Amino acid sequence: MAQCYDIEYLRELARQSRIDVIKMLEAAKSGHPGGSLSEIEILVALYGHVMKHDNDNINMKDRDRFVLSKGHGIPGLYAVMANLDYWPREDLLSLRTVNSRFQGHPDRVRLPGLEASTGSLGQGLSIAIGYALASKLDNDAYRVYCVIGDGESQEGQIWEAALSAPKFKLDNLVCILDYNKGQIDGFVKDVMPLEPIADKWKAFGWHVIKVDGHDIDELIRAFEEAASIKGKPTFILADTVKGKGVSFMEGLIDWHGVAPNKEEAEQALKELGA
Amino acid sequence: MATTATRKSFGQVLLELGGKDENIVVLDADLSKSTMSKMFADKYPGRFFEMGISEANMIGVGSGLALAGKKPFICSFACFVTGRYDTIRISVAYSEAPVRIVGTHAGIGIGEDGNSQMGLEDLGLMRGLPHMTVIQPADDIETRQAVTWMAENDVPSYIRLTRQNVKDVNGPDYTFKIGKAVELVPGSDITIMATGGPVYHAVDAAGLLKKQGISAGVVNIHTIKPIDVEAINKYAKLTGHVITVEDHNTIGGLGSAVAEVLAESGAGKLNRHGLKDAFGESGTYQDLYKKYRLDAEGIVSVVKEIFDK
Ligand SMILES: Cc1ncc(C[n+]2csc(CCOP(=O)(O)OP(=O)(O)O)c2C)c(N)n1
Repeated sequence: MAQCYDIEYLRELARQSRIDVIKMLEAAKSGHPGGSLSEIEILVALYGHVMKHDNDNINMKDRDRFVLSKGHGIPGLYAVMANLDYWPREDLLSLRTVNSRFQGHPDRVRLPGLEASTGSLGQGLSIAIGYALASKLDNDAYRVYCVIGDGESQEGQIWEAALSAPKFKLDNLVCILDYNKGQIDGFVKDVMPLEPIADKWKAFGWHVIKVDGHDIDELIRAFEEAASIKGKPTFILADTVKGKGVSFMEGLIDWHGVAPNKEEAEQALKELGA
Repeated sequence: MATTATRKSFGQVLLELGGKDENIVVLDADLSKSTMSKMFADKYPGRFFEMGISEANMIGVGSGLALAGKKPFICSFACFVTGRYDTIRISVAYSEAPVRIVGTHAGIGIGEDGNSQMGLEDLGLMRGLPHMTVIQPADDIETRQAVTWMAENDVPSYIRLTRQNVKDVNGPDYTFKIGKAVELVPGSDITIMATGGPVYHAVDAAGLLKKQGISAGVVNIHTIKPIDVEAINKYAKLTGHVITVEDHNTIGGLGSAVAEVLAESGAGKLNRHGLKDAFGESGTYQDLYKKYRLDAEGIVSVVKEIFDK
């Protein structure tokens, strides 16, 4: 049964999170805007509605688990979680400075609330499978969500993971691809083509759903569909735009790993209605 | 004095070498702008292979190319390429396939990206492989000559390079000799044996120590394997005490290599300085070198602690 949610609230959460991403990266003078902005609606749908979690009780036993396999997108998650009161928004400005909890890539030891330390691409989906197996052992205690990148999907370990989750019938696992089409050396289609992506995951035994990765309603419907599928894991192919929400960043490879300077940040914040 | 990132010197010399030797081929794993292999890629697209984010596959493909008589340079961050250890162990070292492995972004010197992008155990990993030559140059001219050596020698090799700029420590008539340590500063009280990014800081530290009445020599160990046993014993006997300085875990890297030599010879006492069984973290290069005492002031303080004891 679909639960109701306030779409305006979720959209506002996405907008505010984008603003925080820009502020954080400007302060840090480094970081990855492209992939942090493309994943926002996915994170908002999950943390804002779909997932069972509690910011006051981060170790809640049966909380749903989330693994950000494309770890360089962590500013997006820091921002969404800050807006859900996991930590004060002001603290985000210490991003990437010595002794900060907000490391350049996710560090679950320094920042309780994160479920996995990632940043070396290709590893997160396997960790998510481990969580999903544990959940099965504990009578399906929780569901597990993992976001991977399209460039990241070139790693062999992703396909080893893709092969193993259906074997274990992990219907409590959802892998979401942030399909923003860019990586560092160029577009995914030129660096190492991945298509046909949906067919590959289907052939590996996953239930595949395609969505507009910036449409929160569609994302939520896909997560609900995933929850109703029995006996196999779900793969959500989320069509996204790298740098989404900031006109001069959208679709550009050059904004993969460069922070906006003061003027650029001001322009971005204006566009985001800050 | 000129400063440059050793990854940049690598990119430039690889481009030059590519024009002289058609057998040189270059592979990268979606980091060509960072490893600087892009300079070669732009000039010789037919001999450059973009492998995508697939380091293990890149290593294996490099092995096949090498076994077929090509001279492959395979490039990524040190942590990612050496992280595919068993692939290097079997497809490169055990196969004696002359793959030239290039690991950039050495140590905490990379700064803000933090631990997951920092090569901090790579020297230990590569040093432990039979048939592998392991090089870590300290400045521009040394990097150029070391990379040239790799191109000219058909053996498996690994080179570790900095993201950050480093100051020149060698003069313009410098000649790189594989396996031979280089005395940069003479000294009589203690010898600082350094490698890679921290070498110029060690030279600066020796200057500061001199003003405080401590005569510290500095020896640059650019070849981690084969290690210069003779030089290590010579300087250990000369000063009685050695301290190794590296932007790497003290377990496995230069510190371990020198410890092995001195444990067998008993030529002198040793302290090891670097990341002490620790991971890295985010911060600016300067802040991290300060915190982990790898800048000149930090090295001075570590040396003085030895003398205060
Ligand atoms: C194993 C590994 N190799 C290389 C890198 C360096 N790296 C960081 S981000 C990135 C590109 C990622 O592209 P993608 O997965 O498409 O992420 P997005 O476009 O969503 O930012 C690369 C190559 C890494 N972090 N890990």
